[in-house]
Amino acid sequence: MQEQEYDAFLSKYFRTERLPHIWCPGCGLGTAIQALVRAMENSRIDLNTVAIVSGIGCTGRAAGYLNFDSFHVLHGRAIPFAVGLKLANPKLNLIVLSGDGDLFAIGGNHFIHAARRNNDILVVCVNNFNYGMTGGQLGPTSPFGSITTTSPYGNIEPSFNLPWLAASSGATYVARWTILHARQLINTTVEALNRRGFRFIEILSPCPVNFGRRNNLPEGIDELKMYQKHTEVINFADPKLAEIRWEDKIVVGKFVDVEKPVYEEKIASLIEKAKGGRRG
Amino acid sequence: MSEQSSQSVRYLSGNIALVEGAIKAGCRFFAGYPITPSTEIAESFARRMPQIGGVYIQMEDEIGSIGAVLGASWAGVKSMTATSGPGFSLMMEHIGLAVMLETPCVIVDVQRGGPSTGLPTLPAQSDVMQAKWGSHGCYEIIALSPNSPNEAYSHAIRAFNLSEQYRVPVIVLMDECVGHMYEKVRIPKDEEITTANRKTPANTQPYLPYKPDEDLIPPMAIAGKGFRFHVTGLTHDERGYPVATREAQNKYVLRLSDKIRKNAEKISEVEQVYMDDAEVVVVSFGITSRPALRAVRMAREEGVKAGLIRLVTIWPFADTTIREIARKAKAFVVAEMNYGQIFYEVERCSSGKQVILAENLGGEAHTFEEILDKIKQVK
Repeated sequence: MQEQEYDAFLSKYFRTERLPHIWCPGCGLGTAIQALVRAMENSRIDLNTVAIVSGIGCTGRAAGYLNFDSFHVLHGRAIPFAVGLKLANPKLNLIVLSGDGDLFAIGGNHFIHAARRNNDILVVCVNNFNYGMTGGQLGPTSPFGSITTTSPYGNIEPSFNLPWLAASSGATYVARWTILHARQLINTTVEALNRRGFRFIEILSPCPVNFGRRNNLPEGIDELKMYQKHTEVINFADPKLAEIRWEDKIVVGKFVDVEKPVYEEKIASLIEKAKGGRRG
Repeated sequence: MSEQSSQSVRYLSGNIALVEGAIKAGCRFFAGYPITPSTEIAESFARRMPQIGGVYIQMEDEIGSIGAVLGASWAGVKSMTATSGPGFSLMMEHIGLAVMLETPCVIVDVQRGGPSTGLPTLPAQSDVMQAKWGSHGCYEIIALSPNSPNEAYSHAIRAFNLSEQYRVPVIVLMDECVGHMYEKVRIPKDEEITTANRKTPANTQPYLPYKPDEDLIPPMAIAGKGFRFHVTGLTHDERGYPVATREAQNKYVLRLSDKIRKNAEKISEVEQVYMDDAEVVVVSFGITSRPALRAVRMAREEGVKAGLIRLVTIWPFADTTIREIARKAKAFVVAEMNYGQIFYEVERCSSGKQVILAENLGGEAHTFEEILDKIKQVK
């Protein structure tokens, strides 16, 4: 891509007047979000129909940099806001872009229920294993044994297996990649953008400043090397096997890709039915 | 819904009347979670919304319900939720977000006894201060208090109109009595009803989502129309972009309050009964205003010049009216189903005149005797 061409691409997708962004050196969010916009470019989605909803946290700030109708809402509440937007205007393409703490600790209830209902939303979770924005606290995805500011002796909790949670809650599309798998991530996101229903992509992404340096991954590149060494691509693996443990292989790839009736379509047919046979 | 060409009278509960009023106001999105004593509102919407091409969704909790309501409002649809005390508590953070994003929405709180689970099936009026101050930060909202099913209908319309006009969450503070009582409700002709819609920007570009007009209210974009706007719960500038400075905070948060404060006189509505020569002024609202009116009449029969001020709107508080009345009145009796909430507002505006609280912690409405006794305590 030539420089001029790149600038045009940049200003098509980003609010360039807001750059530079607030993210730390070595953070994976740049790569993760670049994959998202490259996927949009490849998917030929009508950009005016895209609405981005983010919660609070480092990933939550993405909504403010992306050049779409974008909503930076409450901590943990991006999904219900997106559910309302989509139901009120079914022509919108809703993308919830948020972090692991936002979506799965404080926001976990909304995630499982939107998945169960099959609300037509693409949820992209950038998982950096901790609360980065607040300085590196334990989160629901911190692997067992992780050192964080609130688990100084090592995490005693098991971590959430997000693909399994999504699949068992009813998501129609479930995938996981790391930011090292940039091309696969773009391809997966194009595919997810073209599907309907509750779709979930987990992106593993380094947080060297707040998580990595306490867990023997002091530079961004160290976590990328860990991804290279420890990930194994298996498509349609049993999502049960997607648990992340320091000593084990990390399964990446597509876990689920099925079709199910979408909630918004069911609402539309409900309206048809009620308008036809009106009860007194 | 078919056109209402002629006036009709229906026999409805407050909860159901409120639903019909909301539909008439143009509400086409309801998200909620069942909770006594507001559940009939959700049930009615579940039946009515599909008939009129609207959306009803039962969310996983009250937090999700109001979150979805805000989202739907940004898609340009008039939206509401309904709950009671415990659910209202859960909605507080989102009420702050609605204020911060200037999102029109209506929240109905059919009050029951508290704190906590309290008296799920019995009335109270103890969420008055929570409605005003329940979310963190400094802000203003609007709250209405119907005292009959008939008013539940008309207040639903007014709530949407005010919410759309001022881009602020409007809270309808009902109580269990009004929610569940059945009375005659006058359904006006369509031409008698005025509905308001939010201002929308003329052009998609350039568009500054938080650049207010002279009335302090910015036009509101709708998602999906090519505006490419950004909104955030962070303190922001006219572009909608976060700015963490004292100046930005001062400028933005002042306007959020001022757009309501400077219009308080226009928004505020009180009903005055027997006030021409009143010396003892009973201040009340919601269901309590009904035994209060009887107490005023009984006091008059006994030779006490009593009058009633009914707060039709609760927030913004009717400062000017109460201050004016305080010049002539001898004393105030505040009858409310709590242990003193509006009491302190009246005291603040009473210019040192005696203010007596006719308290009631909830469970049953006041008897008129309880209020009459307080009227007689005035020396």
